[in-house]
Amino acid sequence: MSAHSITEPSATTKWISGGLVVAYAVVTLIPLLWIVATGFKTPADAISYPPKVVFDPTIEGYVNLFTTRTRVTPEQLESLPPPEGIAEEIVRSYGMVIAGPSRFGERFMNSVVIGFGSTFLSVFLGTLAAYAFSRFKIPLSDDLLFFILSTRMMPPIAVAIPIFLMYRQLGLSDTHLGMILLYTAVNISLAVWLLKGFIDEIPREYEEAALIDGYTRFQAFYKVVLPQAATGIASTAIFCLIFAWNEYAFAVLLTSGTAQTAPPFIPTIIGVGGQDWPAVAAGATLFLLPVLIFTVLLRKHLLRGITFGAVRK
Amino acid sequence: MTNSVITAAAEKTPPSVARRVRGLSDRAIAWIFVAPTIFLLLAINIFPLIWTVRLSFTDYRANRLNREVEWVGLRNYERILTDDGIWMNMQATAHFLVWTIVFQVLIGFALAYLINKKFKGNALWTTIIVLPMMLSPAVVGNFWTFLYQPQIGLINYMVEFFTGIPASSFSMLGSVELAPWSIVIVDTWMWTPFVMLICLAGLRSIPDYIYEAAEIDRASKWRQFWTITVPMVLPFLMLAVLFRGIENFKMFDLVVQLTGGGPGSVTELASINLKREAFEKWRTGYSSAYAVILFVTIFGLASIYVKALNKVKAR
Repeated sequence: MSAHSITEPSATTKWISGGLVVAYAVVTLIPLLWIVATGFKTPADAISYPPKVVFDPTIEGYVNLFTTRTRVTPEQLESLPPPEGIAEEIVRSYGMVIAGPSRFGERFMNSVVIGFGSTFLSVFLGTLAAYAFSRFKIPLSDDLLFFILSTRMMPPIAVAIPIFLMYRQLGLSDTHLGMILLYTAVNISLAVWLLKGFIDEIPREYEEAALIDGYTRFQAFYKVVLPQAATGIASTAIFCLIFAWNEYAFAVLLTSGTAQTAPPFIPTIIGVGGQDWPAVAAGATLFLLPVLIFTVLLRKHLLRGITFGAVRK
Repeated sequence: MTNSVITAAAEKTPPSVARRVRGLSDRAIAWIFVAPTIFLLLAINIFPLIWTVRLSFTDYRANRLNREVEWVGLRNYERILTDDGIWMNMQATAHFLVWTIVFQVLIGFALAYLINKKFKGNALWTTIIVLPMMLSPAVVGNFWTFLYQPQIGLINYMVEFFTGIPASSFSMLGSVELAPWSIVIVDTWMWTPFVMLICLAGLRSIPDYIYEAAEIDRASKWRQFWTITVPMVLPFLMLAVLFRGIENFKMFDLVVQLTGGGPGSVTELASINLKREAFEKWRTGYSSAYAVILFVTIFGLASIYVKALNKVKAR
């Protein structure tokens, strides 16, 4: 006799619920798979009707994403030396030549620089503040923590109006530094709340032992608490990075050229007669991929991150 | 003599006091650690907020720098609250808010309930379901306009395939009747996993022995569901609704990419309207007043809601 708990669902229940969940998961994945697939289609395949599920994959979308092209006359095309590499070959088959790199690489790098810069700053400042809130008696600490959280309730557009004016005065408009500071200010509420939760979970006894051993408070913080909080810090960092990576409202309003990130840029990729969907899909695929990987890595701390530490499981 | 007294005193002093003599005091460290965060928030959140409030009493226009700025008192607020267009935007926002929450709660809870049946591989499928919500709403929203295209899009094709309604006979984003629902669909696709994850945490927080006790009392499954499962998940569900409510009240990126507020202004949510006023029409003073009204509304509703949530928790 197996010692089955009476609350254990029956095998049939498990099959039915598993089937329904898998069905939902498959449906919900279709748009994502469609993005990836469209990135490997020719523009003609991308807009064919009925939509093509089976098609000849091509890297044309990626070539168009990374290059700008100009049309040349057939005679000019004839007079050119043979194409170097597959990219050139694809472009020439349309009677065009590669004129240079597109802006996508630049915009992607802006996302990387601003994302990592603001993540580093918010986690650095957030860890310090979270440690202080967790371990010391700070006057009005509940009010301060709530104040930190309430900064998240402002609609980004509402904040963007004065930030726009302020940055214009300070010369921070459309700069990496300006965006890093802004995203840090937005992310720091998340960082403080999450990290306070993680640090609260580290027993105080460890530090107290270190203090008795003659460590200063500061040494105890970085030699004892920081290593213990490493997982928490890492997952907080990933959450901050994902936010900065995905952010659109501030980016579209406060950057236009030098510091523009990828989210406002990708929807503006156009080809002949409208959006160049394979190139858009290629850009989206490259842009979404890092977040997909991080999500899988983060899955254990996901809930905590999305609820500001309110639900810890 | 004095020397030995000092040594004796030092030996008696507990290490915690000795520590404070070396290194910084706890108080000093606390302030050094908290100050940069508070400073940053004051500079990039509070100072701008105060500035917004100030601007909201003026007729300032950010695109005309040399124009004389006039103090207009409460006129901006008066105009906003009596403007029919704004009430239309509020209705669009309310429609979006209410229906996204209804669908996400129903589907999210159902999924969590099913996943909690602990079938094989449930962790893997949970991770897969969660993927959409982690992605950039602007990038994904832009791609959905492709999926929604009447002539070539996947969605219209699937509708034709399953119902026989010709794909080119309707436009999800272009029709006044369908567009408000199209944005609800995409938001639901994206954020149902959020509600699901929180519900799942709620379901998993219910200890088995409560159900075991109910079984012994011969309570039916149906009764167990309504008297144990639902009440115990409710605080979690309410928390999820709070987060989704705040987020969707502020909604901008996804919808601006999907419809840009159109057709006409049927999907012009509060934030999209605000962006038009502030950054296209450059009515900075007016839109500052609008921003203040939105913030006060969100903050007020959230505070009332949190009170209700705490009551439910205390039960």
